[in-house]
Amino acid sequence: MGIRFILMVNKQGQTRLAQYYEWLTLEERRALEGEIVRKCLARNDQQCSFVEHRNYKIVYRRYASLFFLVGVDNDENELAILEFIHLLVETMDRHFGNVCELDIMFHLEKAHFMLEEMVMNGCIVETSKANILSPIQLMDKTS
Amino acid sequence: MNSFFSGTRLRDMIRAIRACKTAAEERAVVRKECAAIRTSINENDHDYRHRNLAKLMFIHMLGYPTHFGQMECLKLIASAGFPEKRIGYLGLMLLLDERQEVLMLVTNSLKQDLNHSNQYIVGLALCALGNICSAEMARDLAPEVERLLQFRDPNIRKKAALCSIRIIRKVPDLAENFINPAAALLKEKHHGVLITGIQLCTDLCKVSPEALEFLRKKHTEGLVRTLKDVVNSPYTPEYDIAGIADPFLHVRLLKLLRALGQGDADSSDAMNDILAQVATKTESNKNAGNAILYECVETIMSIEDNGGLRVLAINILGRFLSNRDNNIRYVALNMLMKAITVDAQAVQRHRATILECVKDSDASIRKRALELVYLLVNETNVKPLTKELIDYLEVSDQDFKGDLTAKICSIVEKFSPEKIWYIDQMLKVLAEAGNFVKDEVWHALIVVISNASDLHGYTVRALYKAFKTSSEQESLVRVAVWCIGEYGDMLMNNVGMLGIEDSVTVTDSDIVDVVEIAIKRHASDLTTKAMALIALLKLSSRFPSCSERIKDIIVHHKGSLVLELQQRSLEFNSIIDKHQNIRSTLVERMPILDEATFTTRRAGSLPAAVSTSDDVPAAPSSSGGDFLQDLLGVDLSPAPTQSGTNQVQKAGTDVLLDLLSIGAHPVQSSSSTTDILSTHSK
Repeated sequence: MGIRFILMVNKQGQTRLAQYYEWLTLEERRALEGEIVRKCLARNDQQCSFVEHRNYKIVYRRYASLFFLVGVDNDENELAILEFIHLLVETMDRHFGNVCELDIMFHLEKAHFMLEEMVMNGCIVETSKANILSPIQLMDKTS
Repeated sequence: MNSFFSGTRLRDMIRAIRACKTAAEERAVVRKECAAIRTSINENDHDYRHRNLAKLMFIHMLGYPTHFGQMECLKLIASAGFPEKRIGYLGLMLLLDERQEVLMLVTNSLKQDLNHSNQYIVGLALCALGNICSAEMARDLAPEVERLLQFRDPNIRKKAALCSIRIIRKVPDLAENFINPAAALLKEKHHGVLITGIQLCTDLCKVSPEALEFLRKKHTEGLVRTLKDVVNSPYTPEYDIAGIADPFLHVRLLKLLRALGQGDADSSDAMNDILAQVATKTESNKNAGNAILYECVETIMSIEDNGGLRVLAINILGRFLSNRDNNIRYVALNMLMKAITVDAQAVQRHRATILECVKDSDASIRKRALELVYLLVNETNVKPLTKELIDYLEVSDQDFKGDLTAKICSIVEKFSPEKIWYIDQMLKVLAEAGNFVKDEVWHALIVVISNASDLHGYTVRALYKAFKTSSEQESLVRVAVWCIGEYGDMLMNNVGMLGIEDSVTVTDSDIVDVVEIAIKRHASDLTTKAMALIALLKLSSRFPSCSERIKDIIVHHKGSLVLELQQRSLEFNSIIDKHQNIRSTLVERMPILDEATFTTRRAGSLPAAVSTSDDVPAAPSSSGGDFLQDLLGVDLSPAPTQSGTNQVQKAGTDVLLDLLSIGAHPVQSSSSTTDILSTHSK
């Protein structure tokens, strides 16, 4: 399936956005998030961006105080996912202008809409920032 | 009332939650908000539906239950306006899952929205369906999605393509209907449609052999051409990353080509040139380029053999492996693991580098490298590799020792060329990381030792020395105690000296010292102490001069709070005290453990072990045989080694056997205790 979940987490380990592409119960999610956040946040910059956890592979990248974590299948291309995280951040940057934790917190639905235009059912839908953002801008204009 | 409860805006709620200093405060704020939202829902408050759902999404993200908002999603989806629908669908995807009954109710709304005149609403419905659709919904709505694959707007076509993936995964029978429209998407120019179309085709190949055959025959050439166009395309700012046009599209194309080429010489042949071009021309100084190279190598390794290409791929991996970037080294190790089935020789060439990676400071790299080394071990290189790994065991991180120990033990067991080497390596591991060694591993070691009668003296002397330096390693202590109990006399008399050994001078009281240390160790658990008691009983018969001292140590445990130890202490004491005449027959050396049945039993399934243990309480009189069966895996046939022994001896071995089974199967521990009670209450 490719991508199983996408998380945005701050330095303190608080989840700021969570999108799952497979069903987990609330308890499972909390446990999973706690475990992987602890694992990833403990790593330093020199270490690689991949962590294996249960049967997931977590590809993560840090931008200032925000961590982007993507859980993928074992046969997913880790380097491409790393590039995808960067694309996601650039897209959010283009919309929010230097995106930060608060932008995502206070505009959670918008962040989700953007993600929705980029990933569906764990697969990448669109990689052009203009195409991703046009429906969101359209909605902003009308509201 | 109403204004009071719905008063907080989304912003205010988020601020209030952020201001919370403790988890308890946060829970209180969330509880209050949830109560307000419930009230608002009950009052059927239209104005706040949108806001309530937005709040619920936030609360859900924080990990609180939000099921009471599910119906609100459905109401929002059913409303006419786009903003309401939009938040409704988002809530649907976040708060609900395909298993919930509520979802049945949304099928009709989805159907209407898939046919809506506003294409943005169609897009929303497709997205939701793609993320949460169940098998029934897939059947109901497949025709709509199929039609939308040909919609005029590419943004709808791409979403319909991914929605189709969900549908064919849920209901593979529907795959047939999607083959033609999916193949048509491969000719598109729009990147979004192309990338999703390619993913749909890849999935079709997985679920339908007909689709695979069709795409292989009719579309391999077209895809090769598409890849060529992407590789050579002029600069397009929208899709360009680090000078490479759409690496994501590259990667997906290579994946589909891999599916087509696997097991088919003709299509593999058709893609050789372009793969060679990608492998040689792609820039390798940026992550995007390496992502493509990585995918390309995997495709080359998976499709039908072409010697030249494989060499190219292995060389790329070699370059990756020596890269300074840890990400690149990680994927190289990952890929080498897949390459090992294709070309083990080529991977072996990198053995030294891989072994270095096992010692890396990065846990992810270490883990990958260790798995790879494990696959690289064979009869010829097992000795040097094991030496390297055991040397590293001394200095490795605590949290890595568990994995490392398990792998070393497994390698040693699997490839050991001779018994003495096996015993030597296992003793090294026990001395270095005995606390990480699994029960079944040291049980197996005892079985091997028991069977190597020419090495009994050697082993017990080696264990004696190891105990002196590493008495903090639990499983080393156990094995040492067991061997000393069995072969303690060989230790004292230097029986069976091998040429490589230095003789040791050990007195009988030195030997008792060791067992005494083991039983008095603070860290020793029940199993170790119980084993030590047995060893003491055995030694009391072998070294009559120490008998009094041993008695004192044993008696010391008669006040133990652990029933098991207390009972052993009392019973053994009475054997030493009152039953001198039968003691030596009672504590004879264990019969040689049956290695073959132990191995099969160990490989056998757990349920079998459970069922045997269930039999134990039902037939306590034959429990001696049962436990031997348990240990040796004879299952339900009568134990042959046991048949000739007399009743008293049977009870003695019974305890010994019990002892070995303790801790091996946690499910049995309770029944083994009852067993001891029943056999010894005479």
